[in-house]
This record gives sequence, C-alpha cells and structure tokens, in this order.
Amino acid sequence: MELCSFLTLDSFITDPLTHGFMRKALLMSSLVAAVCGFLSSYLTLKGWALMGDAVSHSVMPGVVVAYALGLPFSLGAFIFGVGSVALIGFIKQKSRVKEDTVIGLVFTGFFALGIVLVSKIKSNIDLHSILFGSPLGISLSDVKQTIFISLLVVILLSIFRKDLMLYCFDPRHAKTVGINVFFLHYLLLTCLSLAAVVGLQSVGIILVVAMLITPGATAYLLTDEFDKMTVISVLSAIISSLIGIYISFWFDLETGGSIVLAQTFIFLFAFLFAPRYGIFKLKKFFAGYKR
Amino acid sequence: MESINYQNFRIDAENICVDYNGKVALYDANLRLKSGQICGLVGMNGAGKTTFFNALTGFVNISKGKIRINGESVRSAQKDQTIAYVPQSEGIDSQFPINVWDVVMMGRYGSMNIFRCPRESDVQAVKDAIERVDLTDHISTPIGNLSGGQRKRTFLARAIAQRASILLLDEPFSGVDIRTEKLISELFIQFKNEGKTILLSTHDMIHVREFCDLVLLINKTVVAYGETSEVFTPENITTTFGGISPDFLFGPES
Repeated sequence: MELCSFLTLDSFITDPLTHGFMRKALLMSSLVAAVCGFLSSYLTLKGWALMGDAVSHSVMPGVVVAYALGLPFSLGAFIFGVGSVALIGFIKQKSRVKEDTVIGLVFTGFFALGIVLVSKIKSNIDLHSILFGSPLGISLSDVKQTIFISLLVVILLSIFRKDLMLYCFDPRHAKTVGINVFFLHYLLLTCLSLAAVVGLQSVGIILVVAMLITPGATAYLLTDEFDKMTVISVLSAIISSLIGIYISFWFDLETGGSIVLAQTFIFLFAFLFAPRYGIFKLKKFFAGYKR
Repeated sequence: MESINYQNFRIDAENICVDYNGKVALYDANLRLKSGQICGLVGMNGAGKTTFFNALTGFVNISKGKIRINGESVRSAQKDQTIAYVPQSEGIDSQFPINVWDVVMMGRYGSMNIFRCPRESDVQAVKDAIERVDLTDHISTPIGNLSGGQRKRTFLARAIAQRASILLLDEPFSGVDIRTEKLISELFIQFKNEGKTILLSTHDMIHVREFCDLVLLINKTVVAYGETSEVFTPENITTTFGGISPDFLFGPES
C-alpha cells in the first residue's frame, strides 16, 4: 500500500503532512538541525568533535535525574554537560593523563552513571527514546523547551558570531586585543551543552554528536568563506533532517538513525564531488571540459 | 640616586617566571625596551621564546615578577590595543575559511562595539594596512590559497591595522620568499621611525645582526641582554644554544 502511494513525488511529500505528529516532528527537527548546524561550523573549526561527543554523552544522568525529579530535562542535561567539561578540565590540569584519555574516561563514566540510574530509578523513563531520540513522540512541554533553548543558542551565537570565529581562529590575538577568551570558551561550551540537549530529542544521545559535527564538516569541504560555511551547514542539517524523517516514515525505519545517515550521505557526496576539495575536484574537471 | 621612570619603558618585564603545571618554562627573565627599539629574542626551541611572548600579551599568567607595558598593567595594555602579536606560520590554521580582508579586520576588533561592526575608520585602517604589505590584489583571497610569505604579510597587516605601538613577531622570517623578506625589512625601518617597539624571535643570526639594536639571549632564563654588538659573542651564543659552537650556526668566518 505504502509503495503505491509514493509513486508520485507529490504524495510522497504531502501524505505524511496529514499527520499532526509528523508536522510537529518535521518542524522541531528542522529547528534543532538549524541550531546544531549553526554551532557545527564553530565546533568543526575549533576541533571539538571529541568534546561534542563527551558533552552529549555526559548529559545522560542529568536527563534521568531531571525526569525522576519532575524538572525540565534540559536543566539536568545542561548541569551535567557543563559539569563534565569542568571535570575534564580539572583532571587534565591536575594529572599527567593526556586530554583525549581524560575526555574518554569522563564521558563514559557519566554515561554509565546515566544507564545505571535508569535501571535503578523506577519511573516511566523511556531509555530507548533517550538513547535513540523520538522526534515523532515529542511532547508539548518538550516543544516549548526546545523552542526556548534553540532561540537562546541562536541569539547567543549571532551576537558573538565574529568573536567566536576569532576565538576558533586565533585565540592568542583575541586575548592580546582585550577580548575575554575565557568567556568565549565557556560560551561555546554552554551553547554546545544546550545544542546537545535539543539535539538528543531528534536523534538521541548516542548520535547527537553527528548533528554537531557532520554539517560543519560537509560545509567545510564546500567553501572557503566562514559565513557561507555557516549557511551551508545549517541548510545541510535541515535537509538531512527532512530527508531522514520522510525516509523513516515511508520505510518504517528508526528516525534518529535515518537523519544521521542522511547527513553522512550528504557529507560523502561533498567528499567526492566538492568543487575544490572533493576527491574528483569537479571545478577542475569542468574547467578542462570548457577548454 | 635617580629613580627610574617606568613611563620611559614601553616594555618592562622584571624577574618574570612562567610555569605550566609546575614545569618551569621561564624564570627570572628581565627585559626593558624603549620606543623605537628593535630587539631580537634568540634561543633554542623550548627555550621560552613563545612563553615570553605569551607572558607579555597576557595569554599565560606569570607566577612571579612584574610586567609593565607603558608603565601600566598587561590588562590595560590589552584594552588599549597597545600590543600586536604576529604569530609564526605554524601557529595558525592555514585552512581556516577566512580571507585576507577579514583577518586584517580582526586587528580592529578590540576597538569596535560588541557586534564588531566596522566603522568607516576601521575600513580605512584595514585598507591602508593591506596596501602597506602589498596585498591589495588579494583582499578576498582565502588565506589557504596564499603563499607562506603572503600569509605572513596578512598577519603583519593585521598588526598594522591594530595601530599598536608594540609589535611582537614570532619568527617573522621563517618560510617567506625574498620579496616578503625585503618588504618586512623595509617595514621594520618604517616602524622604527614611527617610534614603535619591536620584539622579534628568530633562528636566523644574520637577521639579528642586520635589524636588531638589542639582543635578548634566552635559555629558560636570560643568558645575556644588551646591544647586539656587545652581546652577540661566540661565548654567549654557545651558552644559549647549550654548548653548540657559533661556527656551526654562522659558518667559520663569524
């Protein structure tokens, strides 16, 4: 039945829109994707992929505790996200263990704590939706939280757009001309925690790091201008979310996984065919063709 | 006895120590520089040259000692855009998606409003700076597409646009072409005449002899400091480079 109904592209797109939960999922996932995509440019250039992974996994116990106490889950997630980063910094400074090792052991520790808590706290926490996301089953209070957090992150990133770019590019110069590098560092971490919180609703804790790095990496292959990179990153994130949700609807696939797979395919496409930095360097190919 | 007027010194570092988690990178280092002086900072890799720069710009905290920039704290020097730092080529990500204009504009950030919106004066300063380093044809070129020398000139332009009175240059001559080298040496003479103070680190002893009024030889601490002709002796250099004879560095004639 389903196979018949998407014989036309029109019904492929419009049929899911007749369901309220699908409209909500498409809208919310696009919003989340836009926020993560915006941040993604900075994280990719700063080289914070591992940090993104760490923060997104570390929010797990926060989410569980917040659910158990009836608090907004974003609050718990935020506290644990920032807490993990502080702990990473502390251990790194006070021991001789290398940074990537510290990051790895702190976030797996937090993540394990989250899993243990879920098994101990008797409540209606759906482990599956935390781990793998549930954009189709998002509640109204979650919608409000997501919109609020998304707007907050977008406003913060917009105001400090240029300073954050400078911070990623040359923090030493930033410091030399009296820009508060300490503040920018924690601003970026705060935005990272908040983006991880909204992102986990779409694709879950395990895959949220993909939302935070893949769009930026894709955009990095396609342009040499920072502003364009941000725009491409946001657009590729939104498009992947839409594709992922549609594919998961029609083929009955895990939604979070589909969204991330869509991002990965877009990245692979850029990796192969990006005009200047792709494997096949299309720009050169066409230049040769014209001659 | 005449008391020292610290206002006379652009840079006045007194017994500064820097350590990273207990590991000493620099200790008891002193440096005094006046307006119009060019000083070469010479030492091996790991001798504390970059640490010295970091301490002067406030990028790392000193654990002991005192730094005064124009008689004031490093913090107020930052606020006043007094110091410009020109990084060495390895110190920056050359693949960063940014063009020449935007890099040079970063020299103006410290004096702009919070959104970093350039005013007309900022645009003019950037334009002039780019012209002085002869990169007008490359204004919108991404830095990844520049040669090493052009990239070096871009960061020099950023320092010029900042209108700083003190310039710290980390290995300004490493990996640059002849044209850039000539342009940098001409700029040094102009900077000197404008009364700027320059501290540059280098591996190249010939450049020190050519440009520097003063030399600071360091090996975790100051080995020797003074006028180039007096300080640049084979003995001092041997000490600085941990026993390697200057013949090895300059050839037997020097």
